[in-house]
Amino acid sequence: MTSAHVIASEVRAGTRRATDVLEEFLGRIETHDGDVHAFNTVSAEQARAAAAAIDASVDEGRDPGPLAGIPVAFKDNLCTRGVATTCSSRMLEGWQPPYDATVVQAMTSAGAVMIGKTNLDEFAMGSSTEHSAFGPTRNPYDLTRVPGGSSGGSAAAVAAGFAPLALGSDTGGSIRQPASLCGIVGIKPTYGRVSRYGLVAFASSFDQIGPFATDVADAALALGVISGHDPADSTSIPAAVPDFAAALARGVEGLRVGVVSELTGSGRNGAANGGPPPGDAAGDMLDGIEADVTERVLEAADALADAGATVGRVSVPAVTYGLTAYYLIAPAEASSNLARYDGTRYGLRVEGADVEEMNRLTRRAGFGDEVKARIMLGTFALSAGYYDAYYGKAQRVRMLTRRDFDAAYADFDVLLSPTSPCVAFRFGERADPMTMYRCDTCTIPSNLSGDPAMSVPFGTGAEDLPVGVQVMAPALGEETMLTVAAALERAAPPLSKPLLAGAAGSARAGS
Amino acid sequence: MAATSHSAADNASSGWEIVVGLEVHVELATDTKLFSAAPSRFGDEPNTNVTPVCLGLPGSLPVLNRRAVELAMAVGLALNCEIRPSVFHRKNYFYPDMPKDYQVSQYDQPICSDGWLDVPGGSRIGIERAHLEEDAGKTTHLGGADGRIHGAVGALVDYNRAGTPLLEIVSRPDISSAAEASAYVDELRTILLTLGASDARLEEGSMRVDANISVRPAGSGELRTRCEVKNLNSLRSLRNAIDYEARRHIDLYAAGDVPVQETRHWSEDGRTHSLRSKEEADDYRYFPEPDLVPLAPDDEWIAQVRAAMPELPASQRARLHECGADPEDAQVIVGRGLAPVVLEAIEAGADAKRTMTHAVQNLALDGAELLGIDHLASLVQMETSGQLTATQAKTVLGIMCERAAAGSADPAAIAAELGFEAMDTAELESLVDQAIADNPEAWEKFCAGEAKVAGVFVGAVMKATRGQADGQAVTQLLAQRRGA
Repeated sequence: MTSAHVIASEVRAGTRRATDVLEEFLGRIETHDGDVHAFNTVSAEQARAAAAAIDASVDEGRDPGPLAGIPVAFKDNLCTRGVATTCSSRMLEGWQPPYDATVVQAMTSAGAVMIGKTNLDEFAMGSSTEHSAFGPTRNPYDLTRVPGGSSGGSAAAVAAGFAPLALGSDTGGSIRQPASLCGIVGIKPTYGRVSRYGLVAFASSFDQIGPFATDVADAALALGVISGHDPADSTSIPAAVPDFAAALARGVEGLRVGVVSELTGSGRNGAANGGPPPGDAAGDMLDGIEADVTERVLEAADALADAGATVGRVSVPAVTYGLTAYYLIAPAEASSNLARYDGTRYGLRVEGADVEEMNRLTRRAGFGDEVKARIMLGTFALSAGYYDAYYGKAQRVRMLTRRDFDAAYADFDVLLSPTSPCVAFRFGERADPMTMYRCDTCTIPSNLSGDPAMSVPFGTGAEDLPVGVQVMAPALGEETMLTVAAALERAAPPLSKPLLAGAAGSARAGS
Repeated sequence: MAATSHSAADNASSGWEIVVGLEVHVELATDTKLFSAAPSRFGDEPNTNVTPVCLGLPGSLPVLNRRAVELAMAVGLALNCEIRPSVFHRKNYFYPDMPKDYQVSQYDQPICSDGWLDVPGGSRIGIERAHLEEDAGKTTHLGGADGRIHGAVGALVDYNRAGTPLLEIVSRPDISSAAEASAYVDELRTILLTLGASDARLEEGSMRVDANISVRPAGSGELRTRCEVKNLNSLRSLRNAIDYEARRHIDLYAAGDVPVQETRHWSEDGRTHSLRSKEEADDYRYFPEPDLVPLAPDDEWIAQVRAAMPELPASQRARLHECGADPEDAQVIVGRGLAPVVLEAIEAGADAKRTMTHAVQNLALDGAELLGIDHLASLVQMETSGQLTATQAKTVLGIMCERAAAGSADPAAIAAELGFEAMDTAELESLVDQAIADNPEAWEKFCAGEAKVAGVFVGAVMKATRGQADGQAVTQLLAQRRGA
């Protein structure tokens, strides 16, 4: 598999045709996506036209841009003009937006070629892509297992070699967790770093768009293209976009790396690095984190220490309340964001005797159970008489989380934790909602704080399945985060399990 | 129920006083909508002034209109409010003409709070708050009578209005009569027009008034159950509805009953009607709009808005009064937005009385507010010096208004174009003498004291001059000739 930045440089240099690149990837999709089901839509026709236009640019001596000819997959909750954007929901089946999301515009303007729209948990609500109305996506490492979610389609597409780059959205871990489960790199940027305009909202104050790639360099390349202030998004940060690629080569010498105690147990590094942090008692550790996963995180910390970083343990007490706070605020916002799907203007309509009945029947038929559950939860949390006890209190936890992270970043440049408490699990294994929600234990805190975080593959856990290490940084600290991620990538043991084992086409994908 | 004939005086004499608070929604005069770049304009083809934001399309996001905020601040400052950091909330409820099924509105942190409005003639009405919010679209029901919901078989929604910026101005319950409510709205309207914040037309809905009405035993100071009355499309409706509703409350109390807190609809049959009562109270599940950031105008911005504000009506009226205007004329001039032109023309040396007479009698014209001060002043000057007759001046003024927008309203040029040239006295005298010679019988009667036959001579002179002679000057010459 060629990486994205190599494709772009070859296409720009005229040594490789964008149309040829596209056909290779379309071929892999044709062969394997029947097994994986990463895509809701493969936009081959538009892609061929776009690739031809890139080649024409090169022929005419014009530079198509830093992503020249790179096929990209967009999560199917990013608006694409004239191409169905479904959110994997019956509610929006067949809906074609009249406009492109800002990130879609940015990627295609930089020369990327949209190859298709990827599967997700309905309206991005889930951690396994099992809640798609159009059927689940399978993990390319083991087709009996989930790819994670909600951006499972984008993660699987990159892991399976259907596209060298993909974009997803991360509300509580929906980029990082599937990246971890699929053995690839996934970045959730600082809230406001990337415009949300054209991202179908789930929980507006958490939603953030970010890239998937097979390596840190490709992820940094895509991040640079989609970052930047957008006047169409009021929450977009007017900050200059750094040269992320330059951050990759910097060493970690002198960087202070904190391993988050609450997310890694009392592990073997505890005493060696400054003793137990305040509150470092067994009761404060979050349970359900697999021992193999914790071990990989500690090995990753060792690798950074070997590379010259100062490694210590740090307590971020509020992370233990993150899940609870998140599952009040996010559904509250979702209950409001998803009100517009009422059958009046677009998407599904089920006729009724009057408007109210039409609304009711449409929503009953259009939304899946998980979406309905979250709408009800959020509606309840915002109701008169409960607002202070639920939504209000959850917002205070959010403030505490930010305060605790600020305290941790006073002593450390980046923080480490597992991305996911577990490796890829089997379909149906986490059918109980609370068990499923716990998948986001380690990722949610960064959504609460708004800080950037990313997942980097670092070895394997049970069944030789990939483990991701989460690197967290303070707001707008993506460069340091990437520096550390690149160092981890250099130190990471190779993944041994074959891709697409047991798939109908070939046993071993890629070259 | 014989109610509407009762006046406030009757109520007072019966031991009750009226308590009214008004909620006034005004559409702000911005080029674009509150959260999108779509034109904020009426009368266009349905659903043409829309963007993904106006339609609540998935993925669309709001961006606050800076001009709307400035107009809101200007109104707040004119109403002596404090401008405070504010937050937009979502007000959640399902309605087809609301594209997102929530309305973005300021809730517990409005941009303007705690001000007052002095109603001309005396009383000071407290302003609780003024906050920004977006308007909804417009639903037309098909098959029912006159687009009403009853009997309708379907509905069409026009989202052109969706997202129009509204400022909701909420008074304290300080209003104690229908007349005072009417005067409050009239003064508020004048302020809005003066600021250019809204065209504030009640009949067309760019200004909408809802009245919260209750009564209490005179002097008690208590606040009793109120009813909110909607559909008040004119000041007359407002006054009648207040009197009707107050009488209804008084009658209920007199019968040992109590009013129910509810929303009522004013209809032109002269009554208020209870709207469909809801099974349970609405729960709008307000929460801070996460797609917008808090709005906190800094002192510099507030100062800029304040500095750009024109002179307010109360001050304009006071200055007109100093120039000799009676209160009614002053109100007419201010209400038409002509006070700046009139006052500056007077300052530039124009005769005050004539200038104000024009403003009251001859300037109820579109474009009048655009007249240049120098042009109005020179017109009055031409008239005062006898270059133009009163009739000619009025004609010239009409054309000046038509051309004001184009900036080509120089009265001297227009007068020349029309052939209005000052007639010298000798020429006029010879015309008068000719008229006398042509009408000897009438002249005899005139000399015998029959004043009304003067019209014969004036008419003849006017005919000879194609209406350009100064009638007053002709009459004076006739008197001279008779006396000679």
